[in-house]
Amino acid sequence: MQNYSADDKFIRELDPKDHEISISTEDLHVFYGDSEAIHGVSLPFERFKITALIGASGSGKSTYLRSLNRMNDNIDGTRVTGKIMYRDLDINSQNINVYEMRKHIGMVFQRPNPFSKSIYDNITFAPKRNGVHGKETLDELVETTLKQAALWDQVKDGLGQSALSLSGGQQQRLCIARAIAMKPDILLLDEPASALDPISTSTVEDTLLALKDRYTIIIVTHNMQQAARISDYTAFFHLGNVLEFDETSNVFQRPKITATEDYVSGRFG
Amino acid sequence: MNSKKWNTVATGILYFIAGVMILILAFLLIFILWNGLPHVSWHFLTTPARSFQTGGGIGIQLFNSFYLLFLAMLISIPISIGAGIYLSEYAKQNWLTSLIRTSIDILSSLPSIVVGLFGFLVFSIQAGLGFSILSGALALTVFNLPLLTRNVEESLNSISESQREAGLALGLSKWETVLRIIIPEALPGIVTGMILGAGRVFGEAAALIYTAGQSAPALDFTNWNPFYIASPLNPLRPAETLAVHIWKINSEGIMPDAAQVSAGASAVLIIAVLIFNFGARFISARVYGKMTGTK
Repeated sequence: MQNYSADDKFIRELDPKDHEISISTEDLHVFYGDSEAIHGVSLPFERFKITALIGASGSGKSTYLRSLNRMNDNIDGTRVTGKIMYRDLDINSQNINVYEMRKHIGMVFQRPNPFSKSIYDNITFAPKRNGVHGKETLDELVETTLKQAALWDQVKDGLGQSALSLSGGQQQRLCIARAIAMKPDILLLDEPASALDPISTSTVEDTLLALKDRYTIIIVTHNMQQAARISDYTAFFHLGNVLEFDETSNVFQRPKITATEDYVSGRFG
Repeated sequence: MNSKKWNTVATGILYFIAGVMILILAFLLIFILWNGLPHVSWHFLTTPARSFQTGGGIGIQLFNSFYLLFLAMLISIPISIGAGIYLSEYAKQNWLTSLIRTSIDILSSLPSIVVGLFGFLVFSIQAGLGFSILSGALALTVFNLPLLTRNVEESLNSISESQREAGLALGLSKWETVLRIIIPEALPGIVTGMILGAGRVFGEAAALIYTAGQSAPALDFTNWNPFYIASPLNPLRPAETLAVHIWKINSEGIMPDAAQVSAGASAVLIIAVLIFNFGARFISARVYGKMTGTK
């Protein structure tokens, strides 16, 4: 891999008049102990759009994503500086109720991680803990979220069976349903299809496209075709910097930065 | 010889070793049950022991063993669960927690006679509890706590980190995640460890000789007031357990049928421990089914 200058970057500005910004970061740095994993990233994420974070392994895209809902807080020795603006609030500040914030910013992980409970309980578990009660309300919640996650038809007759009996792709869609059952604004997905076969991957992609009417979606992917297929914006991460952020068609067809061009054309990564 | 032949030879040796182990175990079990079971009867299980005549039973010792076990588990289960949760979920990696872990490991390898003498000095003498069920239960707690704590910690550690992330990402607090997701998933392992620990405690003798004592005074099974001296529930009375009884009649028993009583008591002890072990498997499978919704 040749060296690319971190100063050589292109970040498209999104004019707030034309683009409603759901969440954005300003000069976000992430440190693991003494080493700096993210070197000051400022990005806007438009509401009801899919933004893909692409880049080679170790480029910091997952680290960046995990800091958006402060999942990095749980790792000893991790420090995040800079601002994460959500609804005019810096959610990276100390006095934020992290648990409350995560109800607005849901997350789906690389490996499907359903609870070892029934399908029904997987979805209703967190809403119940937050005061959603009543069998009818919960039944309806299960049905709508499973439909949104394109899983309803396959599991509607076996909602009581263990979530672990589902296939990997079904489990991942259950995790998406579980996340949207909390009615978040933003959905963060960390390579949600990387552990899945091509058919399951394409179902998950269809699910995400259907979901973007209601949710702001930020997805980390190492699959460039996937980013090109489903995202509206793409950010290219390289060694802890974002070198290019633009509309997806521009990033893939007319990249302005050499590093991006080399990456999307498969010269490294 | 080629690798295929070597493979056959190695497999054969492993089978042989496993077979020898099973044979030794089966021989011991059959020997104890064969010698002991003929002496086990309802009369044997319910009557008090006799010191000088034939026809004594193990009724009081059997009751003492279960009562002591109950008290010991009552003390050690909550502490071990709390400590295990702390070590697995909350403790940061630093010198203090690694010191705690090392101490637990050292404690768990203490010979039980040492635990017994420690209990004698601290609980029986210093704390003034004398030879009593309470002293014995506390000594058994010292004996059992390290293993139970490690078992809880390891059961919790075996739950994938992704489950914790799933809980936190849904806006659950750390405690809610631990209490409602991690502990239920770890419960089969925790329950198994508890029951196996109970079996270990049930068969323990050395830790009890100087704490719960070697005498089994007559009990009045009509008075269950724990403050009455002859009450079965009185925790401050001396209480010889089954395992201690076996040790005692073999070392200084002068009843004419000492050998038969010892054999019968051993058979009962072995059966009880076997029930604990099979119970552990059965209950843990049930708990797993219940927790995961697979049954």
